[in-house]
Amino acid sequence: MGHDSEESAATSNGGTAADGGHDISPPQGENRGDPAIEDTAAATKELGVHVEPSAPSQSSSTSRRLGDEHRPPLPPRPGTLDILKEGNHNTGGTSQRSKQSARPNLQSTATIALSRTDIHTQSYPDGSRETYAASAETTPPSKPAGVFGSIKRFKGLSGSEGGDSASVRSYAPTLEAGGDAESLLGEVLGASQEVPAWKLLSTQYEAPDPFDTFMFEDNEATVDFYREFDELRGGESGEQNEEQQLTQWQSKRKHFLILSSAGKPIYNRHGDDNLISGYIGMIQTIISFYEGANDHLKGFTAAGARFVIMSQGPLYLVAISKLGENDAQLRVQLEALYMQILSTLTLPTLTHLFANRASTDLRRPLQGTEPLLSALADTFTRGSPPTLLSALECLKVRKSQRQVINDTLLRTRCDTLLYGLIVASGRLVSVVRPRKHSLHPSDLQLIFNMLFEARGVKAGGGENWIPLCLPGFNKNGYLYMYVSFVSASEGHGEEPDDDRNETEHQDEIAVLLISANKESFYDLRTMKDTLVKELEKNDSMAIIKSAVRRGRPAATDIVPGTVLRHFLYKSRANVQFTMPSYEPHFTTLLDRRRLLSLYHTLHANVHAKNAHLKVQHCIRRESVSLAWVTPLFELYCVAGPHSTRNALAQSANKVVQWVRREEERVFIIGGAVF
Amino acid sequence: MTSRVSTGTRPGARFAQFKLVLLGESAVGKSSLVLRFVKDHFDDYRESTIGAAFLTQTISLDDSTTVKFEIWDTAGQERYKSLAPMYYRNANCAVVVYDITQASSLDKAKAWVKELQRQANENIIIALAGNKADLVADHPDKRAIATADAEAYAREAGLLFFETSAKTSENVRELFTAIARKLPLEQAGARNMRANPRQGVDLRPEAPGTQGGGACNC
Repeated sequence: MGHDSEESAATSNGGTAADGGHDISPPQGENRGDPAIEDTAAATKELGVHVEPSAPSQSSSTSRRLGDEHRPPLPPRPGTLDILKEGNHNTGGTSQRSKQSARPNLQSTATIALSRTDIHTQSYPDGSRETYAASAETTPPSKPAGVFGSIKRFKGLSGSEGGDSASVRSYAPTLEAGGDAESLLGEVLGASQEVPAWKLLSTQYEAPDPFDTFMFEDNEATVDFYREFDELRGGESGEQNEEQQLTQWQSKRKHFLILSSAGKPIYNRHGDDNLISGYIGMIQTIISFYEGANDHLKGFTAAGARFVIMSQGPLYLVAISKLGENDAQLRVQLEALYMQILSTLTLPTLTHLFANRASTDLRRPLQGTEPLLSALADTFTRGSPPTLLSALECLKVRKSQRQVINDTLLRTRCDTLLYGLIVASGRLVSVVRPRKHSLHPSDLQLIFNMLFEARGVKAGGGENWIPLCLPGFNKNGYLYMYVSFVSASEGHGEEPDDDRNETEHQDEIAVLLISANKESFYDLRTMKDTLVKELEKNDSMAIIKSAVRRGRPAATDIVPGTVLRHFLYKSRANVQFTMPSYEPHFTTLLDRRRLLSLYHTLHANVHAKNAHLKVQHCIRRESVSLAWVTPLFELYCVAGPHSTRNALAQSANKVVQWVRREEERVFIIGGAVF
Repeated sequence: MTSRVSTGTRPGARFAQFKLVLLGESAVGKSSLVLRFVKDHFDDYRESTIGAAFLTQTISLDDSTTVKFEIWDTAGQERYKSLAPMYYRNANCAVVVYDITQASSLDKAKAWVKELQRQANENIIIALAGNKADLVADHPDKRAIATADAEAYAREAGLLFFETSAKTSENVRELFTAIARKLPLEQAGARNMRANPRQGVDLRPEAPGTQGGGACNC
C-alpha cells in the first residue's frame, strides 16, 4: 500500500488516533517500502481525517498530500526479514524491496532482532515512535550484542504485561501496504464513478487503491491471491526446486502453523514440514524464549506480516497474516483450529499424549484431520463472516414454516438423540435440542466446515457415522454424528443422485443427528428416514429446497433503492447474523476478500478495547461504509463510493427495521426444545 | 445377523441382504473401491474418510437372485480402531484392502484378518483385495507385494483374493460378486422368507443390549 492509501474517514471519535500521525516525521526516501509501519499511519489516520468523497480527483490529491506529510518513519529491517521478504521480491516486488533484500542476511540474530524491533514499537506510545525509528536507524540491524540488552530493558519497562500490551499496540502496523497499481476492487466498487482525470492522477501519483491498503501491495500480489490456495509446486528436483517452493511459500498471504511446545511440527497450511523446518525452529525458539521468561509472547510484526501466537497447553498455534486482520480476529481463527484438534482427539487424549511423551508427534494421531484444518484455514483466508462475527447464519424461511419443521423434528425424535439439525448450504434451518443444552456456535462452525467446506464426508456419497468431540459442548468426550445429505436440486432426497458429483456444494441439505451413544447409528438412520419422509409429506422439504435455490436476497431487495451493496447484521442475543447476497457487486474471490477485509477493519475499530465507538463512518475512494454497534446488534454496511452519509444512515436504519420485522424468519429463536 | 433373504414377487426370485465391512490401512483405497462399486465413479484426489460411511448396493447374481450389500466403509486411521468392532460385528462379509505398492499395508491387512477371524462372526467371508493395480501396470517396479505371495497367504488363511484397481475398475465388480456367490443364500433364505424384500428389514441389529460383542444373533 502506498503512503497515501488512506482516503479519508470520519468517525465519531477519531481524534486521538489521527493526532499520532501528525507528529510523525516524513518518511525516509524509498525505504518506506516496508509495509508494516506505514499501515499504522493508514489505520490510525483513517479515523481522523475527513475528506469529502464526492470529487475523486481532488480527494486523491488530498490523500496524496496527507500521505506525504504524515507518513510515519520506518523501522530498520533486520536481516532475517530479508529472508522472509525475498519471496515478495521475487514475486514481483518493487525496487524498494530489492534494496532491502540487499541487506546482510544474518539468520542467527534475526529472530531476536525481529522481536526487538517489535519491542520498540510496542513499548513507546505513538508520539515517540519517531525517536525509536531514528535510534534504530543508527543501530545496525544485526548487532547481536545489543539484542539481549534491549529485551531486558523491555522487560524491565513493562513487566510481564509487556507481551500483551505489545501485541495490541503493534497491531496497526501489520496492515499491508498497497502498491501503485490500479486495483481490481476499484473497478468493482467504483468503476462507474471512475473519471479519466482520476485515472490519470492515480497513475501519475502512483496513488494506490485504498481498498488495497488492507491487503495487497501491488498488482502482482493481487493476482497472487488467486494462487493463495494453490499447492506449492517445484520444477526440477533438488535445491533449485526447494528454493522455488520456498519462494512460493513466502508469497502466500496467510499461514497457519501448529507445532508442539517441543518444536515438532503438527500442521502447516502450505508446503511440507521439511521445507519450512527452519522457520518452525525459528518460531519455536522465539516463543520458548518468552515462555522461558514466563512472559508469553502473543504477537509481533515482521516483514509486513502479523504473527499471532496462541499457546494452548502443549501446542503452539501461529497465524501469520498479511491480510490486515487484527490480533483478536486472528486469535479467533487460531482458536477454531485448536477446537478442530480437540474435536478430533478430545482434551484428555491430547493432554495424555503429551504427558506421556513431550516429544510426541501429533501428526499421526491427527491423521486425516489435515483437510479439515486446511478447509478452516482457507475459509479464513477467503474471509468468513461467521468467524468474524462468531455467529451463525440461518436459512430464511417463514416462522410458521420453521415451526412445522421444528415440530416434525420433535415428533420424529428418537430416544438416543441429543441434537438434531437440518442445515442447508451452510445455513441452519432448524435445530432440536434438550432444554438444558444449547449449541455452541464454534461447535457448529466445526461441523459446517467438515460437511460443507472439506470434501471428504460428502464425496463418499453415502450416509456417515462420525465420532467427534464438540469442545463447546464437552471437550472431554466424543459424540457421534449421523450425517446424510439430501440434494436440494433433486425431487427426492432419500438416495443422493449419481449426477451431482460436481454440482455446487451450495445446494446441499444435510440432516445431522447427534447422539452420545456410539451404537445408535441405526436408530438415527431410521429417524432420518422418517423425518425426511414427513418433511416431504408436509411440504417442508420443498420449502427448504426453494429457499436454498432462491439464495440470499440482494441488498436492494431488502431495502429498495438502497445505496448499500452489502451488509452484515449480527443479533447479539441470538448469536446469529444475516446478510444479503454477495452478488452483483462481489462476485469474485478477490472482491469478497476485499469486502471482508473492510468488514474486518470496521469490526476491529468498533471492538478496539479503548475505543468506545458506537458508530463509525468510513469513507474511501471506492466505498463508503458504516459500523454501528448497540447492545442488541452489530451492523456493518458497505455502500458504493460517493454515497452520502445520510443515504447510508438511512439505509442502515432500514436494514435494522427490516431485521426487526423479519426477525423470526432470518433467525432461529429458541428452536425446538425437548 | 443382518442377512435377509426372501422371495421376490416372481416365483423363485430370491433377495438377500448382507452386511459388508471394509477394513485396511489408511489410504489404501477402501473408499475408492466402494465408490467404484456403488457409483461407478472415481476421484483422483480423495480426502480421508472421517468416521465411517454407510452405503448400499444391490447386484443381481442371476435372473432369480438379488443380493443387497450394506457396506460399512471405515476410516483407516489408527484412532478409529477402537470403533472397528462396531462395524464388523454381525458382518457377513469383509473386504480387507491393502495397497500393492506399500509393503506395510499387507501386514496391516493380515492383522485385520486375524482380528476378524478371532472376533467377528465365525462364518464371516473375508476377501483380500490388493488395490492400486493400475499403478503397476505401467511401472512394474512400483509393485511392493508380489501377487503370488499375497495369493499364497490368502489361500492359507482361507480368503478370497483379488488384485483390484478402483481407478480402472479392474476386478472391482468381480470381487463383490465373488463374495455374494460365496454367501450362504440358502441358509439365510430358510429363515427369512418374505414377500417384499424391503419390508421388515431390521435396521437395528445392533441395538444395545441385544447382543454381546462378536456373538451372532441369527
